[in-house]
Parts: sequence; structure tokens; C-alpha cells
Amino acid sequence: MKAVITVLGKDNVGILSKVSSACAEVGVNIVEVTQSVLQDMFAMIMLVEIDKSSVSFDTLSKNLDLVGQSTNTKIHIMHEDIFNSMHKI
Amino acid sequence: MLETKDILETIHMIDNENLDVRTITMGISLLDCIDEDIDKAADKVYDKICRYAKDLVKTGEDIEKEYGIPIIHKRISVTPIGMVAAPCQSRNVVKFAKALDRAADTLGVNFIGGYSALVQKGFAAGDYALIDSIPEALSVTEKVCSSVNVGSTKAGINMDAVKMMGKIVKQTAEKTADRDCIGAAKLVVFCNAPEDNPFMAGAFHGVGEADCVINVGVSGPGVVRATLAKNGKGKDIAEIAEMIKKTAFKITRMGQLVAREASKRLCVPFGIVDLSLAPTPAVGDSVAYILEEMGLESCGCHGTTAALALLNDAVKKGGVMASSHVGGLSGAFIPVSEDAGMIAAAEKGTLDITKLEAMTSVCSVGLDMIAVPGDITPETISAIIADEAAIGMVNTKTTAVRLIPAIGKKAGDTLSFGGLLGEAPVMPIRDGSPSEFIHRGGRLPSPLQALKN
Repeated sequence: MKAVITVLGKDNVGILSKVSSACAEVGVNIVEVTQSVLQDMFAMIMLVEIDKSSVSFDTLSKNLDLVGQSTNTKIHIMHEDIFNSMHKI
Repeated sequence: MLETKDILETIHMIDNENLDVRTITMGISLLDCIDEDIDKAADKVYDKICRYAKDLVKTGEDIEKEYGIPIIHKRISVTPIGMVAAPCQSRNVVKFAKALDRAADTLGVNFIGGYSALVQKGFAAGDYALIDSIPEALSVTEKVCSSVNVGSTKAGINMDAVKMMGKIVKQTAEKTADRDCIGAAKLVVFCNAPEDNPFMAGAFHGVGEADCVINVGVSGPGVVRATLAKNGKGKDIAEIAEMIKKTAFKITRMGQLVAREASKRLCVPFGIVDLSLAPTPAVGDSVAYILEEMGLESCGCHGTTAALALLNDAVKKGGVMASSHVGGLSGAFIPVSEDAGMIAAAEKGTLDITKLEAMTSVCSVGLDMIAVPGDITPETISAIIADEAAIGMVNTKTTAVRLIPAIGKKAGDTLSFGGLLGEAPVMPIRDGSPSEFIHRGGRLPSPLQALKN
């Protein structure tokens, strides 16, 4: 199953690395990353494969929340189907 | 591949515009719980509900976490208890209400609907006793919701039931006067009641339904309002309708996904998605604000009925394509106490009960969550019910009345329920007594379906 991680907030050093580490530590594979910085606002979207994750979805989500708090960003992780169903016919 | 802007749009809708799935409602048939011994029947009811819905709340929470979509309520609807109680020798029907309430507590759902009777053409065994017991049932339980269907396009209006319901609504408010008359907020009087409605307080599990089914109600007035605020400036009315349709499509697709997933995980067939715009008291999550965003100075001013007709129709058109099965109430709700914009308009005096009545002829439900002065007579309540049922009957649509007589209060005062039920400014009603009309009783004949003018 694939999930989408979104990171939104003020740009600061090491966001990408911290989010990637949180994924790598639990065996979550990053399939694709796009990021943009508009003025100082940072928006990163990651498509990840979570089938081999060593922790539950809930724990992964909580881990990412902690990364969000430490980098002063807002991080969501959501099943990719939600976007597919809302935006594709 | 997913587009960045689409992903960010969804996240923004959830974080800032109150996008949510309003309710996952499990409908459970109780026809196999019928027993002459009321205690045995009530036990069977409790056991069956607890057995079928034991994973409902947890499954809802799991989906919520995984998909990142708030699912506000997990609820249950059951076969109208009037039918289940029919063969019982004991008339103490409240035992069923207590069993339902206990089941809701055990399962952690916040409402359970179906303390209901369908009497559009007449009363069957069990119906009188059930209706009589409603005031007590709603005062001794917290989570039980009740509804009575008093009319339909095919059957006409049962004016004896209308007369009875005026008294019952008033008594229900009186019995819970110490709790801002909240009993009456859990009682709906319908015409053309849908049998698969997932929304409370009017949900019940129709007799033509499967043994168990999952129905989902979507919401999202905040999202529609935000879309119009962002993109609607200077657009003509057809473009506004298009925008609403597209937004309704996205909202409904999300509901459909949640419904399918819940149905799969609970191994229960998927019933319908109810395409409704259900407001909450949260600022911004208001149907009135959508109407105002279209260009009305205040909800209730002239033009409101037309704007609401457009909204209601566009929501259905957008939503229908997004879901494989649509049902329930589907449309825009206008519950006054639950909508910040309606409360403000009522307090300002631009929105009154007559304008609301006109609005109900083009929107999804009816006179909903409206507080009226405590000295209102049962006959006047009955007459308001009759008016509303007539609108539903003639227009082949569902209408409902959920009035809250504010015992000890007068027009201009406020009832405060807290939570999603919000607060209701007490609205003045019209003078003149309908007493003689109501006391005639009998059956109001069903309307012609041709020669429509």
C-alpha cells in the first residue's frame, strides 16, 4: 500500500533528512519526492511504500508528528487512495 | 501520478475548511428479535446490536487514521421499534429505549436511531404505545433518537398522528426542561421518511433493507463556501452551480471511499452515501454562509429560497456521479441551532419561521432544530407539522419537523445544547389558533400526481 506524506511549513535546515530518516528507521520506502519552496514556505510531498513498515500506520503517523514538531512544520500521512478518489474520475 | 496541487487542496480542505465524513451509520434489522415477552425481546435487541456493531467504532477510527479524514460520528440505526414492539403484551415500550441506550453505551456510539413508528396511513399494533412512550423514552435515555412518519405522497397525511405528535413534542420538551428541553432535539416528525438515512435524529433501518448495512453521510459546507469565496467573484449563476457540483463530487468521492472501506472491513454490505451538506456550529461550516457567499446580505432575505434551490440541486448533481448508490436525505440541511450563519440571521431577525418553511420546499429536509416559545400550544405544533408534511407530500420529497418548545422561555431567549447541537435562538411564531382544524383528525387525502400546477 502506498501513502502520501506532506510536509508544510517554514523552510529550515534538515527537514528532508529528518523525514527520510523517520521513514528509513521503520522500513518505509520513499518512491517519489517533490518539493517546492515559495519565498520561505516549504511544501514537500513524498509517495511512500508502507507494506514493509515495521510499525503500524498509527505509530508511523505519530512519529512523523514528532518530526513535524521538531522542525516546526505540519506533517500529514494519508493513504494515497483518498487523493486518487477525490481528484480522478 | 498525483498532482501536487490536488494533494495540497485536499489537505487544505481538511485542515482549514472542516471537510469531514459526518457519519458512518450501521443499519441493523431487529425483525428477528421480535418476542411476545418484552424483556426477552429487549435482551435480544441489545445482544444483536452489540454483536453486529462490536467493531464499528474501532473500524471507523482506523479508517480515520489511515486515510487522514475525520469521521465525526459512528452511529447505529435500527428497525422502527413500533414494529418490534407490536406483539409484546406489556405496553412498557420504554424498555426497548433503555436497551438501545445501553447498547450505545457499550459500543461507544453517540446516537442510536429507530425509536420510531411509521403511521402515514394508520396505526398498527405497537404504534400507539410507542408514540405515547416517546416523552419518557427520550427523557430517561441519552443516546436514543426517535422519529415518526406521519405522511407520504402515496398515503396522504395521517392527521390523527399529526394531532398526537403536537402533544408528544411538547411533553418531550417539558420532561427535559431542566436540560434545555433536549429531548425534543432527538425527535423528528417526517413526511416521506427515507428508510436508509444515516443522519440523526431521523435515522431508522427500513423494513425493505438488508439484515445489516453500512450507510455513510458526507458533509462539507465549509469547503463549498471556501470554493465560492476563492473563485466565485463576478461569476454568473451557472458558473457558481458548476463550482458547487465539482466540489460536491470531490466530497462525495471521499465519502464513497470511506463507505466502501468500512463495508469491506466490517464485512457488511454497503448501502448508500447520503450527499448532504450538514453544517456544524463551527464558524465557517455553515450552509447560511454559502448562501451569503452567493451574494445575499443575510440568510433569510429575499432570494434565499432561490439560492438554496441552486445549492441543493448542484450538490446532488455533483454527488450522484461520485457514488455508486446515493440515498438518504441527500441535499442541504438547514438546522438553525447547528449553523452559525443561521443563528446569526435568526438573531438579526432576517430569518424567521415562515422563510424557513419556504426554504424547506426546495432543500433536503425541513424545519430543523428550531426553538419556539415555551407557551406554544400542542395544536400549533401539530399545525406546523401539518404544513411541513403537506409541502413534502405535494412535492414528493422528504420533509421533517424538529421543533424544540423552549419551556419557560419566550421569543428572543436562547436554548443552549452545546456540542454539535449548538444553540437555538427562540423564534416567534404566527398568531391565530389552528385548533379546530387540528382536532378534526382523519386522513388528509394523497395528492394527484398529474395536473401539476
